[in-house]
Amino acid sequence: MNAWANIRTVAKRELGAYLTSPLAYVFIVIFLLLCGFFTFMVGRFFERGEASLVGPFFDWHPWFYLFLVPAVGMRLWAEERRVGTMELLLTMPITAWQAIVGKFLASWLFLGLALALTFPVVLTVNYLGDPDNGVILAAYLGSWLMAGAYLAISCITSAMTRSQVVSFILSVVICLFLILAGFPPVVRMLEGWAGSWLVELVASFSIITHYDGLQRGVLDVRDVLFFVSLIAFSLFVTGVILRGHRAG
Amino acid sequence: MIQVENLTKLFGTKRAVDGVSFSVERGEVLGFLGPNGAGKSTTMRMITGFIPPTSGRVRVGGFDVSEQPIAAKRLMGYLPENAPAYTDMTVYGFLNFAAELRGLRGEAKKKAVHRVVEMCFLESVLHQSVETLSKGYRHRTCFAQSIIHDPDVLVLDEPTDGLDPNQKHEVRGLIRRMGEKKAIIFSTHILEEVDAACTRAIIIDRGKIVANGTPDQLRARSEWAGAVTLRVQGLSVEAVKEQLGRLRTAAKVIAQGDGGRVLATVFPRNRGDGELTREVLEATRGWRVEHWHTEEGRLDDVFRSITMPDTQR
Ligand SMILES: Nc1ncnc2c1ncn2[C@@H]1O[C@H](COP(=O)(O)OP(=O)(O)OP(=O)(O)O)[C@@H](O)[C@H]1O
Ligand SMILES: [Mg+2]
Repeated sequence: MNAWANIRTVAKRELGAYLTSPLAYVFIVIFLLLCGFFTFMVGRFFERGEASLVGPFFDWHPWFYLFLVPAVGMRLWAEERRVGTMELLLTMPITAWQAIVGKFLASWLFLGLALALTFPVVLTVNYLGDPDNGVILAAYLGSWLMAGAYLAISCITSAMTRSQVVSFILSVVICLFLILAGFPPVVRMLEGWAGSWLVELVASFSIITHYDGLQRGVLDVRDVLFFVSLIAFSLFVTGVILRGHRAG
Repeated sequence: MIQVENLTKLFGTKRAVDGVSFSVERGEVLGFLGPNGAGKSTTMRMITGFIPPTSGRVRVGGFDVSEQPIAAKRLMGYLPENAPAYTDMTVYGFLNFAAELRGLRGEAKKKAVHRVVEMCFLESVLHQSVETLSKGYRHRTCFAQSIIHDPDVLVLDEPTDGLDPNQKHEVRGLIRRMGEKKAIIFSTHILEEVDAACTRAIIIDRGKIVANGTPDQLRARSEWAGAVTLRVQGLSVEAVKEQLGRLRTAAKVIAQGDGGRVLATVFPRNRGDGELTREVLEATRGWRVEHWHTEEGRLDDVFRSITMPDTQR
């Protein structure tokens, strides 16, 4: 298919841009250090005495991603607009959505690579005990989907501005909101003064609510669908914003 | 190949392009002239489908750019203003990327990259990062990208900007040669390029076309066109002015003395009919004329008189 070939070409270029940039390696190292530190020190993995990654490892991911994913996504369109290469890209015989999907996929793969590099944690837990590796796989999938959702939101904010810093701040704020909407302390606070249907409605938009099931190994179609549709919707909005800029 | 009809673009309430219509056929090289902010780049961005027009339409090779953008873009190569290129890639990587987006694969891609590297003299920087290129080389890299698929239609926004004199000459030659088989539109601020490369030129000012014709036709609009300049010995400045000013087809005479000689220019009443030259030759029979010639007209003069705001004229 022609469309797929175009998406692949764009994604390949974008991934190349990540892998030739020293910042990308700094990002991976920070991510791995954070994972290690929180799993073994803060999460007290050894003291728990159970062969599971749910609590000590995956619990932290929504918070790591809050800062790391916007840092990966902030350059996607902001840089393209600042340097003017967007004019080059969008006058090629490809559609805007092929470019948007291609660039998104590349960054998502990059995040997947960073996530995959946490495999020593899986080896450790297998060495020490006898965990349910199916649960771990589901949790990894959930974590990656969640990263994709954050990333798609960063795509929007990156398309909104030429400044990477502004894009970063905006997407952190939006992602924080999506986390807090379902964060247990916030939910309890809301329950104090709002009707339960409202609390449920707000919580149903939260990333945490949907990630929770997945990280416990429950592959609920509704949760997967939530992330997939959040990604699709965000990429659609990115397209609308980019078209708006071009119309002037 | 390119048909532009009533193209208009508003930014807010500002009319950047205002009812522009023209067409370019295969074998034509159209020079796009105009002062800064006239709307040249905006017009080109609409032709290449980067920004949608407020009204009017553009057809390239029969395809409406708004309705069938992909088919239209396939036929076009585009060099945007300031020659943007991905700074994190090498020249070679960048050209390969462009070739792939143009649907070239395998052997065809290799050949295409090789061809443009040769045409644009990029061998020496082929594996250098775009970020560290000098301005001229970055410009050439982006130019190479625009011709990588040997397109039928080329849209070049200031293709010789930032090039050294040798490269300017090279690129003009390239444009003229390619123009024999393609439809090319390019913008420039260098008026000599109109003569060096164009078959036709359009001058645009504040969004509107103010002149459209071959370089010779444009030149003929100059007040210098058809003027006769001569150098005479043995007469005073006043006498020369007086006698030439009496001619029926002379509009104005300027003259100055220089060491016993007089240098005088007679401007015609009607440009381009050659009548003045005949009259001047007749009237000066018996004078000691050292040298004379008929002016062809000057493009910069035309450009200035057409595009200068009324208040500065
Ligand atoms: N995105 C935009 N938003 C608002 N105004 C714009 C935009 N792009 C161009 N303009 C305005 O439109 C007018 C035409 O600009 P354009 O870039 O087409 O000029 P130009 O003829 O290419 O000039 P130059 O010779 O300096 O390159 C200018 O007044 C410019 O300020
Ligand atoms: Mg311009």
